[in-house]
Amino acid sequence: MKRFILLLIVLLLAGCSTVPKVPVNAPSPLRPVPSDGVSLNKISDPFEGANRSVYRFNYYLDKYLLLPLVSGYRFILPDFIEKSVSNALDNIDDIGNLTNALLQLKMNKAGTSASRLAINSSIGVLGLWDPASHLKIRPQKEDFGQTLGHYGVGHGPFLVLPLFGPSNLRDATGLAADGLIFSAIDPLNFDHNELDIPYYALETIDTRKREPFRYYGSGSPFEYELMRLIYTQQRDLKISR
Amino acid sequence: MRYRSLSTGLAIVALIILGWGSFASAAEDEPYFFPFVNPYAATVMETPQAFQAEAPAQVPVREFSVQPFPQRVIPKVFWDQDHLTCSLVAQKKRAPLVFIIAGTGARYNSPKMLNLQRNLYKAGFHVISISSPTTVDFIVTASSSMMPGNLPADAQDLYRVMQLAWSKVKGDIEVSRFALTGYSLGAIQAAYVAQIDDREMIFDFKKVLLINPPASLHRSVARLDQMLLADVPGGTNRIDQYVRNVMYKLAETRDELGTPQLSSEYLYRASRRFPPREDFLKTLVGLAFRLDSSSMMFAADTMQGGGFVVTKGTRLTSTTSLSAYFSTYFDTGFVDYFHQFFFPYWQQREPNLTEQQLIERLSLKGISNYLKNTPQIGLLHNEDDIILEPGDLDELLAIFGDRAHIYPTGGHCGNMNHPVVMRYITGFLQQEEQQ
Repeated sequence: MKRFILLLIVLLLAGCSTVPKVPVNAPSPLRPVPSDGVSLNKISDPFEGANRSVYRFNYYLDKYLLLPLVSGYRFILPDFIEKSVSNALDNIDDIGNLTNALLQLKMNKAGTSASRLAINSSIGVLGLWDPASHLKIRPQKEDFGQTLGHYGVGHGPFLVLPLFGPSNLRDATGLAADGLIFSAIDPLNFDHNELDIPYYALETIDTRKREPFRYYGSGSPFEYELMRLIYTQQRDLKISR
Repeated sequence: MRYRSLSTGLAIVALIILGWGSFASAAEDEPYFFPFVNPYAATVMETPQAFQAEAPAQVPVREFSVQPFPQRVIPKVFWDQDHLTCSLVAQKKRAPLVFIIAGTGARYNSPKMLNLQRNLYKAGFHVISISSPTTVDFIVTASSSMMPGNLPADAQDLYRVMQLAWSKVKGDIEVSRFALTGYSLGAIQAAYVAQIDDREMIFDFKKVLLINPPASLHRSVARLDQMLLADVPGGTNRIDQYVRNVMYKLAETRDELGTPQLSSEYLYRASRRFPPREDFLKTLVGLAFRLDSSSMMFAADTMQGGGFVVTKGTRLTSTTSLSAYFSTYFDTGFVDYFHQFFFPYWQQREPNLTEQQLIERLSLKGISNYLKNTPQIGLLHNEDDIILEPGDLDELLAIFGDRAHIYPTGGHCGNMNHPVVMRYITGFLQQEEQQ
């Protein structure tokens, strides 16, 4: 995590200027950008230059590392094993969902996540199967970013994190906090084994496998703006529920 | 003048003789049931999975790229677009090859294109898919004018790309003959491409099918421009609120349907519980169109060196903030682009051209003599297509006569994946001999 924050700071400092370089004395275009600035998509983004650099960095990370890993993983493993891996990782995620539902005093959701954990860890054999979903007990995603939002913390400046992608100051803080909570609970006993690196590697590949988003995949020159709008609104929506 | 009254007369005759006749014939061939009566619902939600034509989920697709203007200096802001990607789905044996041209803003691999690919492959065709000349990568790499919308010029660009694509794959496949199709804007462009090929005879298309084309480019984009504001009383600067509402509405069904997506399948499932209002759907169509036209305008503006929204000479890179531009293009309709930027550009190259002449030229009526005398070109359309003005369908019927095949419902391209419609498409392109 320390190294990650360091990398982030370096990238922020390296961020290029974001304002379009308009030549002096150039004639005004036919439909100039209004002087009062942006009317659409008003989301705080003071680090936009750095964010766009990281956005492009993530594209290359995908292209040369993650997506090839995902294809290799899919090629090697039969689909039902991949599905079991996803289930097992989701089962571990339910610990975080439960913790954050409790922190927000959302007792219904906490109850659902607790039942899922109990059913999937026992009948589902350590979460390799997901019988809870068959019983219509659906996952209730809650993370610390949502917990902060629930208690009125605003989203803060928009950020694009290396590897993790679109985020903002609140959700990045939440991501770090969820990591700390996970380490504190230590459900897989990483303090006494060496499985943490394989676990995080597998989790990264599984997450990428399940995420259909592709950087620069939309063909729109405004993909960054659209992604920022949709990310921010989706998070607001999740927090309100 | 004589020309005008002649076509008006023909339109009336067509309405009486062909109009109802052809609606009836479409219905007689095969029973056609489409689940959405509202054309906006049909357009947004398309054919639900349960009703779709059956086609293989996986087809042998190969992507390749062409570079019509290898010398062109690409601005840094388009760093990821130095070539135009196309795709080939190939049969192992000798077979006819069909080129398909995507609709406004759509690329060679958009969902509608993938459906066409799968179904045409199943019907025994090789398929080459070409992105719309309104997409950013096409404008940047394959457009000679870099000012999209002028159908004859767009068709020249498409024809060049098709020849390059063909030369890339012709060593690998055996082709018996060529056919051409396209949907929406891609359909009207296909008509112009066919006209060029009629002169140049490189492909000698045996069959050309236009699927849901606009009768007039300007009339259709004007309609699409208007739709955006149907459900946004505060104008485009309230669009944030609208997008938020869309997401909230879809999220109401989240527990049952999973994470909200802007996919037609999701919308269909959601709509069964919460039938959305027509205004809501209208705005959704308008929003999708405005997003596509914003991208198109930005690419055209930047490639012209600026002057429309971007100040001339501005340097844009991959880290430049485009938010203020995005917002400004979003406030700009296609009709504004046409009037302020597009028409003056083409007028400079043709000094006597008036705006009205250009508007009339960019229509199927503008090439009606060619279309009337070319029996291998057919039309597939829907009576309730939302991009048509009242009277447009009659104008099309007057041109195509009994080569027009009209379904009563389906909205704009909403029924392309319906089994009856898809069978018509593949059947039409398969016909060996001209009638």
